[in-house]
Amino acid sequence: MNCYSVKLNGNIAVDDTILVKDVEATAGSKMLEGFKPLFSAEAVTRLENKGYKVAGKTHVGEFGLDLVGEFSHYAEKEDTLKGAAASLVAEGEVKAALGVDMNGSCRRAAALSGVDFLKATYGTVSRYGVISCAASGEQMGVYAKNAQGVKEIIEVIAGEDDKDGTCLKNQTYDYTIGDVQGKKVCIVKELLQKCDDAVKANVTAYADKLRKCGVEVEEISFDIFDTANTAWQILMTAETCNNVSRYDGVKYGHRAKQYKNIDELYVNSRTEGFNFLTKAVIMYGSDVLSKNRYADCYDKSLKVRRVIADKFAELMANYDAVLTPVCSKTAYERYDIKDAFVKVFEESVFTSLSNLIGTPAFVSGGVQLLGKAFGEATLLSLANAVERMGE
Amino acid sequence: MNYELVIGLETHVELSTESKIFCSCGGHSAANEPNDCVCPACSGMPGMLPVMNKRVIELAVTAGLMLNCEISRYTTFDKKNYYYPDLPCAYQITQLNHPICTNGCVTLKTSLGARDIRIKQIHMEEDAGKLVHGGKFSFVDFNRTSVPLIEIVTQPDFRSAEEVVTYLNKLKSMFRSGGISECEEGAMRCDVNISVRPEGSSEFGVRTEIKNMSSFDAIERAIKYEAQRHMDALEFDTEELVQETRRFDDVSGKTFAMRNKETEADYRYFPDANLMPIIIDDEWLEQIKANKPAAVDEKAEDYRAAGISDKEIDMLISNHKIAKLLDDIVAMGCNAKDGAAWILTDCAGILRKDGKTLGDLTITAEKLFAVTNMVDKGDINRNAGKKILIAVIEDDVDPVEYCKAQGLDKKVDTAMLGTVIDKVIAENTQSVTDYKNGKVKAIQALFGACMKELKGAGDPAAIKTLLEEKLK
Ligand SMILES: [Zn+2]
Repeated sequence: MNCYSVKLNGNIAVDDTILVKDVEATAGSKMLEGFKPLFSAEAVTRLENKGYKVAGKTHVGEFGLDLVGEFSHYAEKEDTLKGAAASLVAEGEVKAALGVDMNGSCRRAAALSGVDFLKATYGTVSRYGVISCAASGEQMGVYAKNAQGVKEIIEVIAGEDDKDGTCLKNQTYDYTIGDVQGKKVCIVKELLQKCDDAVKANVTAYADKLRKCGVEVEEISFDIFDTANTAWQILMTAETCNNVSRYDGVKYGHRAKQYKNIDELYVNSRTEGFNFLTKAVIMYGSDVLSKNRYADCYDKSLKVRRVIADKFAELMANYDAVLTPVCSKTAYERYDIKDAFVKVFEESVFTSLSNLIGTPAFVSGGVQLLGKAFGEATLLSLANAVERMGE
Repeated sequence: MNYELVIGLETHVELSTESKIFCSCGGHSAANEPNDCVCPACSGMPGMLPVMNKRVIELAVTAGLMLNCEISRYTTFDKKNYYYPDLPCAYQITQLNHPICTNGCVTLKTSLGARDIRIKQIHMEEDAGKLVHGGKFSFVDFNRTSVPLIEIVTQPDFRSAEEVVTYLNKLKSMFRSGGISECEEGAMRCDVNISVRPEGSSEFGVRTEIKNMSSFDAIERAIKYEAQRHMDALEFDTEELVQETRRFDDVSGKTFAMRNKETEADYRYFPDANLMPIIIDDEWLEQIKANKPAAVDEKAEDYRAAGISDKEIDMLISNHKIAKLLDDIVAMGCNAKDGAAWILTDCAGILRKDGKTLGDLTITAEKLFAVTNMVDKGDINRNAGKKILIAVIEDDVDPVEYCKAQGLDKKVDTAMLGTVIDKVIAENTQSVTDYKNGKVKAIQALFGACMKELKGAGDPAAIKTLLEEKLK
């Protein structure tokens, strides 16, 4: 599997949705063909300042909208879908990787490849230098072999940045891995029902391991994930539609060869530059923002976001983490891009909630631990405890 | 039928900040060449995020304080979507849901009297770039992109083009002295919403919007043209009025409907998640209030906006009593510029003859207004008005009674004028002969004799015309 869109020499892989100065950045889209940024993402700069080096830019699906990176304009089509950066970490080619967690693709890739991935609390990592799609919920995350590896990287990249107004100010972060004895974790029944037997067995096995570490695990009913998913898909498509509208063929990236006037320049460039999934997202996002639909779709989703944040906080008053699946199955096969919009929508039921309300999510051992805002240390500690059992 | 004009204004004002609204590029006035003041943020490159320029908020709040607005303590930005090559992100960052200032008010003094114009809101936004058309291609200049603007939206409270121009002059002078904007050519741009309705009606007529005008002269002409177009449509059914956006053509002096495509867009506004809500707490607000430039002399602005010269303004400002006299007669309905002339030229001249100055003026506002009003209404001419003014100042007479007693208000019809002129021609044969022999100046003596006969009443121009006719 060819994982790099641009291969450099270093120990940290960087997804192609993240900028590295002077290195072509396309977010997997023909629309950004040839675009070389004038600056590096803040997270990349912080890592370089600590002596890490960028190993290369890794393939992503166009704007990170697909399952695990299967619809990049540049990568060869694979039969089994895994995700480029996650594969490199799994194979030990790189120490860690950076990815943008926007609609679940990084978390799904980590789960399928058997590596760890942390999406921290919204506002933890600067989004400066991220090819942004859904500003209100996207967050740069870290892939590594294990919780210790993730901790090492997140400690470098977390923290305020004046260049990003959404990056929290005066916030301190603590990623200390500690004891998990007596912690309480719940499993959500409704999510398990959406998975095949292999995934269910995986979640159950993980729960057993947690119990062996002294963690109390219980199954509960908490039926808000579908609502959270719908709300996030509405917000995410709307914001993506808006953010990719700047790719018009005028300033950089792909420009159609045939056009007679400015409208044709826009239409032809965008028709040629975007893939079917991006176009579907643009259509959907444009629709939910239109005058007739705004109140019922977009504005309602903003309200749902607040309600779900409250409900999740209520639940988290009683638990330290929620244990959930990340994907409905343990492996994805190749499929037609025309089916992508619906497929991704359905699979995102496991990941959308954390994007919607900005809470942290940690993938490890093919399962996911959801935490309360700034509860990353607990998630790292739980995963670390399970990982240490195998040693 | 009499019609009333109803006008609302949206005015964009470029703020005088050192850097753009969301990046550290200098303002475009610092630029020499196209795209001199441009960075990845204001040219819409991926990966850059808008970072709020605090100074913009402070200037917008200061403008709000000057226009007596409520200052929002919680204010947010929204994105407005449309495609145009001068808009690098294909959206403009503006404020829709929580503008920075609301519910203001500004008092205008014009010939219609002192009137309050309500300010609906002031919001902050970024400017777009500029297209330069040349030959086969068009070029994009992003220097102006993301330059901070405030947009001041009024309620439909204007009733004349004069009021609109007075308002704009007032904003300009206020913002200049307040350090908010230099208000240079093109730094103040207006969209005018205009409709016409029968006088006394409380319903609004069909509204049209004339977009993007920057010269006050053009704005005045556009309003007058558009008002006439509406009135013709209502009165004579010349066309059916439709709600639409129009553009004013400076050369022809006419307005034209813009293509629907440019006007019927759904801008799909939604909150900008890159910019966190801004909270203006008491401490910050007090700080802005304290740093507000030394209280601007509102009075001077009012006078300037009314078209009074700087020299006259100095005289008014330095004499509180005189200024109050002017304000009083303006409040009664006198045009400010005319009122200033009556006081500073006519009254001062009369006093000077007696070796007195304006400080000795004792005329009441009521009496002065009675004089100016008779002239304005066309009851008497200005000369007669001046005659009355002398009597009022010297003997404190009642202007209206004096006017009647002296027969100055006599309505002079053409027949009566003819009789008087015939009489003068018959009594001044020498002057008539001189005139007929080519001594054109001789007509002055005849004119003077007519005026004397009419005791100052009558329209001088009409007298002169009739006199010339009769001498042919
Ligand atoms: Zn800039």
